[in-house]
Amino acid sequence: MTPYLKIDHVDKSFHRGSRETEVLKDVTLGVERGEFVSIIGHSGCGKSTLLNIVAGLLPVTKGAVLLENQEVNEPGPDRAVVFQNHSLLPWLTVYDNVRLAVDKVFSGRRSRSERHEWTLHNLELVQMAHAKDKRPSEISGGMKQRVGLARALAMEPKVLLLDEPFGALDALTRAHLQDSVMAIHQKLGNTVMMITHDVDEAVLLSDRIVMMTNGPAAHIGEVLDVPLARPRRRLELSSNSIYLRCRQRVLEFLYERHSFVEAA
Amino acid sequence: MTMPALKAETPAVAPARLTADVVKLSAPKPGFVGARLMPALKSAAARIIPPLVTLTLLLVVWQLLCNRPGATLPPPTKIWSEAYDLIIDPFFVAGPQDIGLGWRVLTSLQRVAIGYGLAGIIGIILGTLIGQSMWAMRGLDPIFQVLRTISPLAWLPISLAAFRDSQPSAIFVIFITSVWPIIINTAVGIRNIPQDYRNVAAVLRLNHLEFFWKIMIPSAAPYIFTGLRIGIGLSWLAIVAAEMLTGGVGIGFFIWDAWNSSRIPDIVVALAYIGLVGFVLDRIVAAIGNLATHGTAAN
Repeated sequence: MTPYLKIDHVDKSFHRGSRETEVLKDVTLGVERGEFVSIIGHSGCGKSTLLNIVAGLLPVTKGAVLLENQEVNEPGPDRAVVFQNHSLLPWLTVYDNVRLAVDKVFSGRRSRSERHEWTLHNLELVQMAHAKDKRPSEISGGMKQRVGLARALAMEPKVLLLDEPFGALDALTRAHLQDSVMAIHQKLGNTVMMITHDVDEAVLLSDRIVMMTNGPAAHIGEVLDVPLARPRRRLELSSNSIYLRCRQRVLEFLYERHSFVEAA
Repeated sequence: MTMPALKAETPAVAPARLTADVVKLSAPKPGFVGARLMPALKSAAARIIPPLVTLTLLLVVWQLLCNRPGATLPPPTKIWSEAYDLIIDPFFVAGPQDIGLGWRVLTSLQRVAIGYGLAGIIGIILGTLIGQSMWAMRGLDPIFQVLRTISPLAWLPISLAAFRDSQPSAIFVIFITSVWPIIINTAVGIRNIPQDYRNVAAVLRLNHLEFFWKIMIPSAAPYIFTGLRIGIGLSWLAIVAAEMLTGGVGIGFFIWDAWNSSRIPDIVVALAYIGLVGFVLDRIVAAIGNLATHGTAAN
């Protein structure tokens, strides 16, 4: 049986003038419905490129992306993205940012008051209903990411794509948001694909961790199952042997077998 | 003169000392006035007093320079006495050509409104086109860069030849003068829309019209308003020049007319009117811009 989301032998190269850079080479990955998959790798390995291909923001050079056996090659709300730098529209309030997405996705299907309720519901889900009338410039970085998450969730996507969503946040705020994402995933059972460069984050949140080799021509080096029971608790995991073993495996992959070449 | 001033001072000091204890008891009330009203008055005074002082100084210097025998320009006192009616009442009507400067300014403003309004609409549309299409930018930008350096006065003979009437010619000159900064700034604003917003629009599948209204215009608004603000200044510069040559009722023609009949004080008053109206126009566009782009600049 084909998986829910299938990345099928995808190649991606960029052209600049006559020079061709091969970023991704023969990437194949299946994601099951309700699964939380993290993609980890050193910076520049093309993991964001892979996410953008799944989102439809970049075209593939070879291969295909299939969602429920349908090829996807353009962006759409069924693959909502939480962008690394939140990408909220600064001239709209928190509410209007989410409402814009709700109005666009559900315009024909839900009444005005239903869309209002749905917008508020999603803001409550990320605990941001209290700031609904504020503008993005008036709230903190963590809050902006929460609103970005609410906007993506409000589209009821088939796959939720997180592009290093917590990368720009301080450690405490990041932990808070990770807990929120875990709780939401537990509650809604979304299919999630997350890009990260944080080993702890990957092990804590994921059902599977996909490790990418270094570019150029990056491919999937190893896929690691994280057989930790949910709900997971940050404090208990720090001494859990499975957690530590998974963490060890990812670290070995990243720093022994595929250490960052230019990092010296 | 000195006696009343002394009298007023002495009683003011004495009760203040007598009631010093009472003031302490009713502290909250003066505290409220002192905390709210006084700082506001002080900051207002701090902004109003320096320009008043410099203005007075300038007038004094002017008076001293132009009061000598043989001076070519009139001193402020002479302007006040000779152009008294123009200064005091902007809206008198004493005859078909003898009307207050307020009416003349309004006539000029009408022309500016039409010319600048057209420049705003066409400038934003063309700017959007240029900002969006690489081909249109490469094709049109060099032409615009050359055309925008042409003085408003140089356009006038061409437009008179084309329209064969002074009214549309004046409006055309305003349009052609103010349209360039609007086009160029809008184009820059559109070109600078962050890729993030484009990605959001792509994921939401906004159509072209929605993208235009919901992403493009708000995102480029600060740039557009910069262009509009430069444009209003330029069009006010152009109207005076155009009216001096085309005649009619406006403030520009008034200056030309006053020069031909050697009424120098009237010219000075008209200059003050033009400056003040230009200042107000600039502030109005800036205020609309601030209102419309609220929160956009911050990210």
